[in-house]
Amino acid sequence: MEAAAGGGCGSGPPLLLSEGEQQCYSELFARCAGAAGGGPGCGPPEAARAAPGAATAAAGPVADLFRASQLPAETLHQITELCGAKRVGYFGPTQFYVALKLIAAAQSGLPVRIESIKCELPLPRFMMSKTDGEIRFGNPAELLGTKMQIPYLITEKNTFKRMDDEDKQQETQSPTMSPLASPPSSPPHYQRVPLSHGYSKLRSSTEQMHPAPYDARQPLVQPEGASTGGPGAKPPRHQTSLIRSFSVEREPQDNNSNYPDEPWRITEEQREYYVNQFRSLQPDPSSFISGSVAKNFFTKSKLSIPELSYIWELSDADCDGALTLPEFCAAFHLIVARKNGYPLPEGLPPTLQPEYLQAAFPKPKWECALFDSYSESMPANQQPRDLNRMELSIKDMADFPVPIQDVTGDDKQALKNTVDEVLPKDMSEDPATPKDSNSLKARPRSRSYSSTSIEEAMKRGEDPPTPPPRPQKTHSRASSLDLNKVFQPSVPATKSGLLPPPPALPPRPCPSQPEQASEAELHPQLNRAPSQAAESSPTKKDLPYSQPPSKPIRRKFRPENQATENQEPSTTVGGPASVAAAKPHPTVQKQSSKQKKAIQTAIRKNKEANAVLARLNSELQQQLKEVHQERIALENQLEQLRPVTVL
Amino acid sequence: MAVCVAVIAKENYPLYIRSVPTENELKFHYMVHTSLDVVDEKISAMGKALVDQRELYLGLLYPTEDYKVYGYVTNSRVKFVMVVDSSNTALRDNEIRSMFRKLHSSYTDVMCNPFYNPGDRIQSRAFDSMVTSMMIQVC
Repeated sequence: MEAAAGGGCGSGPPLLLSEGEQQCYSELFARCAGAAGGGPGCGPPEAARAAPGAATAAAGPVADLFRASQLPAETLHQITELCGAKRVGYFGPTQFYVALKLIAAAQSGLPVRIESIKCELPLPRFMMSKTDGEIRFGNPAELLGTKMQIPYLITEKNTFKRMDDEDKQQETQSPTMSPLASPPSSPPHYQRVPLSHGYSKLRSSTEQMHPAPYDARQPLVQPEGASTGGPGAKPPRHQTSLIRSFSVEREPQDNNSNYPDEPWRITEEQREYYVNQFRSLQPDPSSFISGSVAKNFFTKSKLSIPELSYIWELSDADCDGALTLPEFCAAFHLIVARKNGYPLPEGLPPTLQPEYLQAAFPKPKWECALFDSYSESMPANQQPRDLNRMELSIKDMADFPVPIQDVTGDDKQALKNTVDEVLPKDMSEDPATPKDSNSLKARPRSRSYSSTSIEEAMKRGEDPPTPPPRPQKTHSRASSLDLNKVFQPSVPATKSGLLPPPPALPPRPCPSQPEQASEAELHPQLNRAPSQAAESSPTKKDLPYSQPPSKPIRRKFRPENQATENQEPSTTVGGPASVAAAKPHPTVQKQSSKQKKAIQTAIRKNKEANAVLARLNSELQQQLKEVHQERIALENQLEQLRPVTVL
Repeated sequence: MAVCVAVIAKENYPLYIRSVPTENELKFHYMVHTSLDVVDEKISAMGKALVDQRELYLGLLYPTEDYKVYGYVTNSRVKFVMVVDSSNTALRDNEIRSMFRKLHSSYTDVMCNPFYNPGDRIQSRAFDSMVTSMMIQVC
């Protein structure tokens, strides 16, 4: 397979081409040469190389092809120089193949040098409208490839199919467009739904195992396929699959094209949904979900424990027993994919790596900011279809108690609200307490205070009449008054949707589900305190209800705050009476939001204190055990000695 | 390069045991089992001292003609036992220590998985791959 070095290129490097490369290059060469009307080197590459003078690719098509590779012009100049075309003045097969290899190398991030092409490289990728040639080869082999073991590998071969449909998208930002891009076979199908409806036939042939809804979705989302960077997404995939080391370079390009062309890529709506679920478990998006909380949550998906265990292993990148937001999204995504029938990957796909997820999607701020950031990256025409997909994908996640019918197409807020409203009902059983990273890393599985049914019932049952008296408390806490501004602009519905999750956090009064022994120790203490406070303020339900628990906790663990603590109950007792006269409901909401923030900060402080004390506790207990043992040993000795002396 | 690696729970039943497949695995299982006595002996020898003072790496438990057995105990009384080919003289104590450290760290990662119940057999793929990297390659 070595090119005749003597050919047109004087010092041309020996080219080692694989089968696929040979086919690809010869096709491309044929096209370029054919366009010029010359005899193309469509025969065996050796023959073509053997007679370099007989076949040359015209400069025009070749230049077009090179430009389609979307490499910078300077790189292309380098490539043309290196391959020798400039020297010999034409693009013979040798030069052409060398140039193609160099383009592949450049797209992989390798420097443009002769040495680069000596190693195994993926095929170069071009954004071109005429991709019929590429479509022919590679496709059948991969389409028949049954279950996709590695989604991105297959997408590499199949990606060109999509190209055909989206040839209009040549202006896509992503430089790594592969003419070989094609619609996915089975697994990628899940996320490629929005793309290339035109390939539904092909896809259906390979995707018999797919649930029907996916195919039904295709017409819905097909126009989206025409939108930006559809093809853009997969070329990076196959590169990363083949050459993992270049994945880092690929990632920034991937961010430009948020297309769900692979099962391992998280779409916008999915991302939002995961973030919402995360928030239902853990209101602070920058904190963790503890292992036990996540375990209960994921167990609801009804996957087998070994599979869940493996998914956890894949997604918990730092192996700390807790999930940050990107890790949680990756885990959730893997679960969803697995439920939809995709085999689990051997390693965490690059699109699910935490760094990638954090780079691709900014940390979610509050809802408005969240949507704004997403809408920047997502073309508008995608959104309705994305929501449709989200709706359908939610249907598939039926094991998670999520309302499907409530999803309306266009209003993201509504979507969030419905998700939010439903979530507390089901997820509130396992609220995760916010953690500070440093203090609680040592105890990843600590604390899930269960709020649950009692609190929910009380909240819903007694909402209006008792205006929460706590606003003074929040002021005295020096928590930012901007909370009001944060919450007021948001839709009241959203606010009400937000209300449920926070109260789930400090459910100290009813630890009906103590998860760990350590918590069992703490809970009795917490129980005593909250019950006292609860008795003192029987009329206060709703948010006030959540307030008393946190105060007693502080009393127990933060002696320095005792003074303020003791003052607050008195103020709060006086508060409700006066505030009761005021408008109940809006006041409730404002105060509840303020209180929520205050509660959360208080909870975090409490968590820290808890962790410290728990550690201290365990150490002391260990010492106690040892001392006990020594004491027993000494007593035994004493008894042995006593009879001797008595004698 | 270990010939056999075993993780024994506190109650002295195996959580994970894996040996080079070509040999008679039962022989290795027996060796690991008998080595538990030596481990217990070494632990109890330091029993009176505080746990903190006890070093995790126990060193060579006992040598046989063909093999050497090394032990390592964690603070939660989980034991790692490693059987090494005697003919592999290039293997130094430090290397054994580092192998145990890797084992311990992988075991910790397994424990961090909330879906793993302590006391279950270890079925983590990451753990498997780490052990494979440590096992001798007998072709």
